Amino acid sequence: MSAVEPTPDNKNKKLVLNLSFMVIFMLGLAYASVPLYQLFCQVTGFGGTPKISDVAADEVLEREITVRFGSAVSGDLPWRFRPNQLTQTAHIGESVLVSYQATNTSDQPIAGTATYNVSPAKAAAYFVKLDCFCFTEQVLQPGQSMTMPVLYYIDPAITEDRRLDEIKTITLSYTFFEIKSTQSAALIHAANPTKRP
Amino acid sequence: MTAVPLNDTHDDKPGFVARWLYSTNHKDIGTLYLLGGFTAGLIGAILSWIMRLELMSPGMDYFTSGQAFNVVVTAHGLIMVFFFVMPVLIGGFGNWFVPLMIGAPDMAFPRLNNISFWLWAMALILLVLSLFVPGAGGENGFGGGWTAYPPLSSSLGHPGPSMDLAIFSLHLAGVSSILGAINFITTIFNMRTPGMTLHKMPLFAWSMLVTAFLLLLSLPVLAGAITMLLTDRNFGTTFFDPSGGGDPVMFQHLFWFFGHPEVYIMILPAFGIISHVISTFSKKPIFGYLAMAYAMVAIGVVGFVVWAHHMYTVGMPVDLKAYFVAATMVIAVPTGIKIFSWIATMWGGSITFDTPMLWAMGLIFLFTVGGVTGVVLANAGVDTAFHDTYYVVAHFHYTLSLGAVTGIFCGVYYWFEKMTGYKYNEILGRLHFWLTFIGVNIVFFPQHFLGMQGMPRRIVDYNDGYAFWNYVSSMGNFISMAGAAMFAIVLIEAFVRRRPAEANPWGEGANTLEWTVSSPPPFHTFEELPKVK
Repeated sequence: MSAVEPTPDNKNKKLVLNLSFMVIFMLGLAYASVPLYQLFCQVTGFGGTPKISDVAADEVLEREITVRFGSAVSGDLPWRFRPNQLTQTAHIGESVLVSYQATNTSDQPIAGTATYNVSPAKAAAYFVKLDCFCFTEQVLQPGQSMTMPVLYYIDPAITEDRRLDEIKTITLSYTFFEIKSTQSAALIHAANPTKRP
Repeated sequence: MTAVPLNDTHDDKPGFVARWLYSTNHKDIGTLYLLGGFTAGLIGAILSWIMRLELMSPGMDYFTSGQAFNVVVTAHGLIMVFFFVMPVLIGGFGNWFVPLMIGAPDMAFPRLNNISFWLWAMALILLVLSLFVPGAGGENGFGGGWTAYPPLSSSLGHPGPSMDLAIFSLHLAGVSSILGAINFITTIFNMRTPGMTLHKMPLFAWSMLVTAFLLLLSLPVLAGAITMLLTDRNFGTTFFDPSGGGDPVMFQHLFWFFGHPEVYIMILPAFGIISHVISTFSKKPIFGYLAMAYAMVAIGVVGFVVWAHHMYTVGMPVDLKAYFVAATMVIAVPTGIKIFSWIATMWGGSITFDTPMLWAMGLIFLFTVGGVTGVVLANAGVDTAFHDTYYVVAHFHYTLSLGAVTGIFCGVYYWFEKMTGYKYNEILGRLHFWLTFIGVNIVFFPQHFLGMQGMPRRIVDYNDGYAFWNYVSSMGNFISMAGAAMFAIVLIEAFVRRRPAEANPWGEGANTLEWTVSSPPPFHTFEELPKVK
């Protein structure tokens, strides 16, 4: 039986299966691009995505870089959100602790999350965060004000990249958004278990 | 087994409903696509006419809001891309002539072919419906451009159901095209007549093969992207919403990963058609046949890795821009091979300037202009200044509106007698060409100047400084609308006079298999496979 030449019907079936597989593969790739894009940005610092690390830099250099801090709040989130220092100058490799101040100006508990960005984008690959309030969702009670810390350093490898030699200032900016999904109620409840949401 | 009575004639056609609604005949489905596509094309052309009327002078002359104008812009783009150029070139000419050219009795999956057509028709209805339901700001329709970038296309920019209908429309059109692509690839791979190797296959069939692969690989990505947009809009996902960790720029990446191959999907079949026309009317085989076939393959392959040249302004690192600049410019090489091979085919040929040849030569000229401005725009530095200006509008209309649409008319005149069985009037056909050719050049050439002066696209009103060339451009639109009217006259004249056509009106230059059957071809062709030496 196996020696028989494939009839056109068999050939068609096989080809259609292969072609359908290509379609499903490309559809899968479209969805896989979401985590892949995120991973790609985190690994390469593409689009101004800073790096995240657990360990501090192993050397501190003479060269200094000034970091400027920006803040923004989504239009529908009734929070005040400002950096506690506008700039911070530090040696490359030095771990620096800075903070932001966020205040809930409404009479409702609100859960928020911050997105972040480094400019110029080419410096993002060398901007390393050790800890940041933006890693987790934040809940603020009505009128509550909270200090939100960021711990970062500039990777000494920045000195080996010729394209970054002219960099004297890097801007780190955050934008706070309200968490609107059902997840928000759970977060607010967890932050204040005595009150029913 | 009961005896089946044999019919003497091959022309045993089913009744009207069975023939046109349940159609499984590749020629009938091709005809349906052509009729549907040209109807949609007429709607798209009327929309462009409305836009040119509005833009003829500064100020708001006909529209009361910019949103309404942008709805018209968006509908024009979507209709022309998905419901005119694609169905006519691929569904119409592809269905009609791929089986005839490769000597196959029909497509590999005739019923699938029927499903493709009716899905496409439903998609058109959904898109038209989307114009009449709320979009944004109390106005009907989606006005975010055919690219539908979020957040303008997400619930933030267009909270109304119009965008959802447009998404469903693209879903159906996408499924229709993917099924069609599977059908074409299977037909071309498995149903070529004995002796017709891939390297002997006519160039139009080659162009359809490459196009079908581009559809197969790019449309699922669009389907994925717009499905993410749909769930972002309705089910609380945040693929493109930064407040949930998403990124609106990712939509642009996904869209253009589809969108760039899409522009080759629209032009490659036109390349295929004019290769035949130029060879036919020069009475010479096409110059560099294999190079022509593999140039199309190369355009298709490279077309998948250049998408970000549509989005230089999103903030890419300079190295990445450099890559996309270089990769984009590389496409000029296989495209140049095609242009020069067409010219080399004409060189020393015994050329007759019949209507199809005029359209083919028009395409070479217009597409070359569009290609040259494409190389200009490929430069990230230049594009940063020209992004979203009329220079871009002029560029892609020279390649698509003027390139692909000229290719469509070229095919219409080349195969008119074959498809209808009637002769068209040569003088009227030439008049149609010259009106259209002069008209579209007057429409779009001044738009280069407007773009270089900084006039943004998708804006209802403009500064007085842009008034002169906008006026000229609108005048050109009236001339090309007269051209469209002339096309209607050509059709009416041919169908009223009913001059019977010959099987091969073009003589020795036309040597592909479709010219071996009568005009119009019998309902069933090639039940006995033709032999190819």
